[in-house]
Formats: sequence, C-alpha cells, structure tokens
Amino acid sequence: MKATTGTATMPSKPRLTTSAMIASIAAEGQRTKPAPFGNALVELARTRHDIVGMTADLGKYTDLHVFAKEFPDRYYQMGMAEQLLFGAASGIAAEGFTPFVTTYAVFAARRAYDFIHQTIAEEDRNVKIACALPGLTSGYGPSHQAAEDLALFRAMPNMTVIDPCDAHEIEQVVPAMASHQGPVYMRLLRGQVPLVLDEYGYKFELGKAKLLRDGADVLFVSSGLLTMRALEAAKRLEADKIQAAVLHVPTIKPLDTETIVEACRKAGRLVVVAENHTVIGGLGEAVASALMRARVHPAFQQIGLPDEFLAAGALPTLHDRYGISTEAICAAVKSWL
Amino acid sequence: MAGADLRTNEPTLAERAYRVRRNALRMGEVQGQGYIAQALDIADVLAVAYFHAMRYRPEEPTWEERDRFLLSNGHYAIALYAALIEAGIIPEAELESYGFDESRLPMSGMASYTPGMEMSGGSLGLGLSIAVGMCLGLKRKGSSSRVYTLFSDGELDEGSKWEAMMSAAHYGLDNLIAIVDVNNQQADGPSTQMMGFEPLAEKVRAFGWFVQRIDGNDLDAVVAAFDAAKKHEDAKPRMIIADTLMGKGVPFLEARERNHFMRVDQHEWQLALQALDEGRRA
Repeated sequence: MKATTGTATMPSKPRLTTSAMIASIAAEGQRTKPAPFGNALVELARTRHDIVGMTADLGKYTDLHVFAKEFPDRYYQMGMAEQLLFGAASGIAAEGFTPFVTTYAVFAARRAYDFIHQTIAEEDRNVKIACALPGLTSGYGPSHQAAEDLALFRAMPNMTVIDPCDAHEIEQVVPAMASHQGPVYMRLLRGQVPLVLDEYGYKFELGKAKLLRDGADVLFVSSGLLTMRALEAAKRLEADKIQAAVLHVPTIKPLDTETIVEACRKAGRLVVVAENHTVIGGLGEAVASALMRARVHPAFQQIGLPDEFLAAGALPTLHDRYGISTEAICAAVKSWL
Repeated sequence: MAGADLRTNEPTLAERAYRVRRNALRMGEVQGQGYIAQALDIADVLAVAYFHAMRYRPEEPTWEERDRFLLSNGHYAIALYAALIEAGIIPEAELESYGFDESRLPMSGMASYTPGMEMSGGSLGLGLSIAVGMCLGLKRKGSSSRVYTLFSDGELDEGSKWEAMMSAAHYGLDNLIAIVDVNNQQADGPSTQMMGFEPLAEKVRAFGWFVQRIDGNDLDAVVAAFDAAKKHEDAKPRMIIADTLMGKGVPFLEARERNHFMRVDQHEWQLALQALDEGRRA
C-alpha cells in the first residue's frame, strides 16, 4: 500500500509530513525529557572510566553527541562504516574498555549482523549497542525502519535485548547495561523522549517484567513505546467499561517467562501482546511459545507491524495504518472482546 | 644440536619454520585433511612472528604486556596451532586431537577454544576491524604492545578490510602490523582472477600505510620486514605483503595443481613429512 497525503479525501485534517516526529516520537503536549541516553551515559561515565563511545557517523542522531561533547577523548568516530564499527568495538572491549556503540537499528541488525554475531556475541565481548529508529519510528521507508531487529537479535546467542518505553526507563537501562557483563542490544529513543513511567513508580530491572496497572478484561503484554500506547489505550478503554492491565516487558531476552505466564494464567482475560516490531519473531511469538510450553492457553491476539515493507510517510499516519496508534489499539481490542 | 644458533643454542628461525611445518603436517595426517598448503606457505612468516618479532609468555597466554596476534583467516588455524605448539603455548601432544570432537583445536580458529587464539575467524574480513579496536584500546591504556593480524589476499575482496584500512590510517595506528598472505589462491580460483587487487602495495600506501612487499618464504626478507615495520617512525599502520608459495617445503605439494583445499591422500602425509625432512637435511 502506498502512502497518500489524505488531502484529497479529508481536506479538514491537517496535512502531515514525513518530517513530523523525526526528532521525537512524542505526541504534542506530552511530557518529555531531552536525550536521556546521552545524559545518562555522561553521568555514568564520570565514575566508570572504562566507558567509551563509538558511532558510525550518527553521533548527533543517537544522542551520543552529548557524550562526545563531555568526553571528546573517549569518543571514537568510525565514519560511515558499520562493519568496522562493531569489529572495532569488539577489539576495544577485548582491551578492557566498555564501549557504548550507536547507529541506527537497521544498520546494526542488517548490515553489520555477522560482525556483531562473530566478533561480539560469539566472543562474548562486553559491548553495549544502542540503536535509534527501532521498529516504525521513521517515516523514511524500509531503509530506516528496523521492523525486524528484535527477531534478529533474539536469535543471537549471548545477546541481551532491551526495548525500553520512555526517558524514565532509558536513564535506568544505561547503568544496568554497563553493570551487566556481556553484549547488550538496546532500542534507543532519542531527542525529546516521552516521560511516562515515572507516574507509575516504575523501576527498571534487567530481565524483569512489571505490571504497571491491573484490569480484569484485557492483559496487554508490551514493550518499548507500545507500552506507552497500551497505557493510553487502557485509560481510554475505561470509558467503554473495559478494564485493561498492562504488563511491561522491557527485556526481550532473557524473557521473564515466569511473570508473563503467571499474569496470563489469570482466567477470563484476553491477552494482547503489543510491540513496535513485525509480528514475526518478536515479543508476540516469544510470549506465545512461552505460554504453549507452560500449557497456558488464554485468548490471544497480537498487535504489531505487518509482514510487509512499510510505507514512507508521517508517523502518525503510519502508526494508524499499521495498527499501533492508541486509537487503532482501542479499536482492535474492542473488536476482539 | 641441528638447526641451532651457535651462540645462543636456540633453534634457528629455519629450524622453527621446519618444526611449524612438521607440526602442521602431523595434524593434517591425524585428521586426514586440512588447509595444509596454506600452513606450509605461511610457516616462515609465523616462525619470524613467534620467534623473532613478538613479545609473549608461553605459560601466560593472556599476559597483559603481550603482543596480540589476530588470525583473521580462521581456516589457517592449523598453521597457527603449529606455531603455538612450537612456542610452548599448546602442548605438543594435543596435536593428536586436531579437528576431533571436544578438541581445543577446531579446524576453524575460535578465540573461546584455544589458548593464544585471540579472535574467532572463519567469517573472512573480521580481523582488521578488531585489530583497529585493539590498537585504539592499547593506546588508551598507554600500552606498548603491538597488534599483528594475518589475513589472506582473498580477504581483500571484503569491503570491511578497506573500511578498516582507512580508519587505521585515520587514527595513526603505528601499533598495528598487518600481514597479507598473497598465495594467489582463494576458494573459486586464483585471487587475482577472482577480483583484481593489484597493485596492492601502491593502493595501501595511498591509504596512508607504511607498506613493504617481500618474498614471504625468504626468512631473511621476512625478518627484515618485521624489523622495519617495528622500527618505522611515522605514525602510520604497517603492512607486510608476503608473496608465498602454497605447499612450500614439500616439493610434490608445491607442484600439485593449485587448489584452495588441497587434497592429500592418506599415504601421502608420511611422504610429505619425509620430503620435509629431506629438505631440512639439504
């Protein structure tokens, strides 16, 4: 399906552009925090002298420029060369440093996959990978849309995979990544990043799923920015007398199957796994297989990106079209109940 | 002692190279196969690296002050094991396990299996990028250790090699010594015909490297090249391009039709060892 502007059929709606939300995935009026990854890394690096930053011509677009400004002599610009970037990260980690390495998720997951697989994961190097534009957070089309990064990194032995929801969480993920011994892949939200989970008294723990709100009719199991959407959807569904719980699963691997299975065991709830990722190989299928193995069989639905090359266009348009906007989620849930 | 330096009583480099070849042939015989033609061609380079140029402690393979050796072309593992055995890092008896289940000596080199193996090769094109990172790390630590990395001419087809070459010059990595084995043979045929890489020295010089091209089976030339690479004063990465002869040291293998994976029949391993010994006596 090709993108359309919508102006011909809906003249009353403002015309959205591809550049909308390029710097931030925050909705208008939403509380945000600037560059939580870059700022948290700077804070951590003041005491962790083993930390260095590396990027492949995307420092400004991954918030690593904040680190570069503060610690110019600990920052390595590797040019627009992702294979070199990850190979060199392995080498510098072998010498005892802890590199935080950034690029776009598409380039890490697709172009440099073998380099990450062989020089970092197989050798179990202490490399921390933080990648911007995960899932559908760019309107540039498939070249920039990493719809499959979780599937690829989940399949890589030794790799820990984290999909944080907001600025509050990213600030906590950064030191947790550094404390963990071994390679980690984190989906990075950059720029003005929404602030949501602080309202829930949330604390990130590596490998732990957390129930953010309870509800008797629906259980959202979600990660990343789809947790934010699930929380919004849960609030709106109250108007329809639908009580929705939200279980946030930021660590995709290792998966907290115990907490997930227990939450899904509760009788009478529709389980909806929601993720900013293709429905193939991500959180949805991971949860489904965990439930099958545990012989827990609730009514089950997936919200995620379709198995197709996604269109270019404005993110709000695309999120609506592919079913991951709050409105689309509410509509889907109501249709399933 | 035959093949010993009269002043130090240490084996000569020629004797070391002979023993590296012998260890490799013995492993080939154990497994019935192996990248033996490459092992024989690179034995002189490895002898000079391990018994003339590099700093290391056999009893402490992860000694912090050691020079690092990254084998990018993982299928040359048989050659590196042969050198590591001669260096005393791997016990000689272990060569009997080459390529068998549970062995520390798998046919393609991996860091997690073998003492002295600093990277997991096999997927060609990785080593120079890792070397760049190690060199940056060593400089950060103020270490005087060097990083040596060996790769083959076929690997030059991989774009990552050229990414790494650009960055090594950009960062002035004078602690990096890359060795290219030009035996002009890769999987599908002669390397120069698969993808032309010449004039290699001129290309790499233009990338900002200090480059030497030598006969990689002339021990004196190899020693001189390693010495010059270490002594060179410019803040440039160093490359030694070593033209080598596959099967070197075993005349009937030198003459055999060139192939990436040279076939050696079971009865020929002993003949090869005999031919090697005859060459040593001569």
